[in-house]
Amino acid sequence: MRTEAPATPLELVARSIRPSSTTVHAWLLLLPAMTLLALFTHWPALATFIDSFFSTPRPKRGATFVGLENYRQIVDDPIFWQALTNNLLFAIGTIPVSIGLALLMAVWVNDRIAGRTLVRMAYFTPTVLPMIAVANIWLFFYTPQYGLLAQLLSAFGGASYNWLGSKDTALLCVTIVAVWKEAGFFMIFYLAALQQIAPSLGEAAVLEGASRWYFFRRVQFPLLMPTTLFVLINAVINAFRTVDHIIVMTRGGPDNATSLLLFRIYELGFAFWDTSAAAALTMVLLTGLGAIALAQYIFLERRIHYR
Amino acid sequence: MERRAFLQGTAAAGALLAAPAIAQSSTEISFYYPVAVGGPITKLIDTYASEFEKDNPSIKVKPIYAGTYQETIVKALTAHKSGNPPTTSVLLSTDMFTLIDEEAVIPIDDFIRTDDDKAWLKSFFPAFMLNSQTAGKTWGVPFQRSTIVLYWNKDLFKEAGLDPDVPPATWAEQVTFAQKLTKLDQSQGASQWGIQVPSSGFPYWLFQGLATQAGTLLMNEEGNRTFYDRAEVVEALTYWVDLSRKHKVHPTGIVEWGTTPKDFFEKKAAMIWTTTGNLTNVRNNAKFPFGVAMLPAGKRRGSPTGGGNFYISRKAPAAQQEAAFKFMRWITSPERAAQWCVDTGYVAVRPDAFDTPALKKYVTDFPAAAVARDQLQYAVAELSTHENQRVTKALNDGLQAALTGTKSPEQAMKDSQAEAERILTRYR
Repeated sequence: MRTEAPATPLELVARSIRPSSTTVHAWLLLLPAMTLLALFTHWPALATFIDSFFSTPRPKRGATFVGLENYRQIVDDPIFWQALTNNLLFAIGTIPVSIGLALLMAVWVNDRIAGRTLVRMAYFTPTVLPMIAVANIWLFFYTPQYGLLAQLLSAFGGASYNWLGSKDTALLCVTIVAVWKEAGFFMIFYLAALQQIAPSLGEAAVLEGASRWYFFRRVQFPLLMPTTLFVLINAVINAFRTVDHIIVMTRGGPDNATSLLLFRIYELGFAFWDTSAAAALTMVLLTGLGAIALAQYIFLERRIHYR
Repeated sequence: MERRAFLQGTAAAGALLAAPAIAQSSTEISFYYPVAVGGPITKLIDTYASEFEKDNPSIKVKPIYAGTYQETIVKALTAHKSGNPPTTSVLLSTDMFTLIDEEAVIPIDDFIRTDDDKAWLKSFFPAFMLNSQTAGKTWGVPFQRSTIVLYWNKDLFKEAGLDPDVPPATWAEQVTFAQKLTKLDQSQGASQWGIQVPSSGFPYWLFQGLATQAGTLLMNEEGNRTFYDRAEVVEALTYWVDLSRKHKVHPTGIVEWGTTPKDFFEKKAAMIWTTTGNLTNVRNNAKFPFGVAMLPAGKRRGSPTGGGNFYISRKAPAAQQEAAFKFMRWITSPERAAQWCVDTGYVAVRPDAFDTPALKKYVTDFPAAAVARDQLQYAVAELSTHENQRVTKALNDGLQAALTGTKSPEQAMKDSQAEAERILTRYR
């Protein structure tokens, strides 16, 4: 171990004063955000964690400690497993497609094309609209017989189909709405990142005779990796967080075919008033999301080149 | 009115120290009302509140528009749990057991003191009181109540060679009429369905019409037992499933509740089942002559009631509770009930409202408005049990499974019953 020269008394004094005053400043600056976070995020999360080990309080019998009983009931609940499966399918359906589309759209509107601003705006519009309104519009797109989709199909001689009313297609339908809603939002991040890439790289590539695809694959895409990580994390969170359109379009039906985890939590908590079951399911969801976020940071971080 | 309130206050002395206080100082009552956005209904409620205040200067009514029924009960129960509930709310009549179990409401009987009060409580249609009373007590006061009726398109009836003024009266007729009214394209897509019974969201309500017609109830009066797997229930579900699978006169899969009136306007469905609450909507938007009929009979006619009741919060201060009771009595007087019926299309909650000049004239001009009233003699209580939404969902899931073809009606109802049993055993 390397020994250091003993500090002079003056240095000691400076060390003890300066850091502490900086610390106080820092803490003061952090305080407003910390208070809000603690009050509305950390405390509720902790309270939920605690509640999940107690029974739902009823007027005649208060909450009693039940250990893992609420979790055991989740495991025994077939609707939980269905909601989980649905949610995984929903995630698999939304995440890659919306990110892929976003990237494609961003590269497209990054080029100098006629009406570029208009196209950018068009792509971004779904993001601006409230999900509830969007879901109501899509409800009529999917309506059998005279809905937009039915009219398009009948123009090509296809039969009308009850898209949202069938167990086979309902989940796909709500997945498409989510992709449509999200892709434009992610595009904005990609677009911003693309504009940060020095034009000289593109010029160099052209001089070297690199193809458009080669330039994208070897230059643009790697440079976009930090954005991709950010977008990916957001996409994953959204896949478990977006339920507005479920409430409007299917209410989890037909026969739970579109029930997602968060929708199930709402149902348990505010329709059935089984708040403990809802708390336990919330913990399951939180743990899952936390694990995914952690994995993303650990595994993807290494492969990302930050400038 | 004031005089009676005063006499009542002095007569009941002691416990009613609050009553004289009402007369002197102003009492404010908060009132949760389920409507999502502004519009004609909020204006009506605001008008009622201010008219009531004019008649009762010592009471202020503060309506709070709380969203859908589901959002309103969430807000009301959350407020109850935090100890600061609204004085009164209009919530689904079927939430009665939930509200009792949460000890969120007090019985209306606590406020019934005079013979006049007693007469008032007896003045409602008995069908509406079925979902308002249990264990010998009255917990809710009927306000905006409805039933299911059949709407039919008279033009399409004529086109199909049917008498445009005669709706189907039986299950068999309903099928034969629907067969004549269905137009199938060569590609197996229908351009016009004979009949449409919505099944999204709350299929149990429409299904209850069928089950009642098949001759069975879905639950007992105590709200702790369901009969989902009875033979008649399976028969009713089979009839519904057969409409699309066997007779091919009804869309397959789940039919969206919200778009059903639109399907009717677009002539994609010749007959629809929906709430009487849609009467004004259909009247304003149907571009063709239409009829409104009672639901066709199986073994008997039948429909559940639906809609919202007034409740009084248990935790509200006594003076406010008394004031809320006064407001309820005022708003359910025959004249108000008649006005409410004319303005909204909901069924007036008491028979004598139909004797008022306003409603008499309305019914003469628009006879369809009386159909729901006439059907009330066949009406049954809407499905309502302890842990209501959970028990109801068990049925909803089974119905949707059968309608989408994933389960047979027998299997679906057996599963629904098993789930309901699991939930309800501890309430016996």
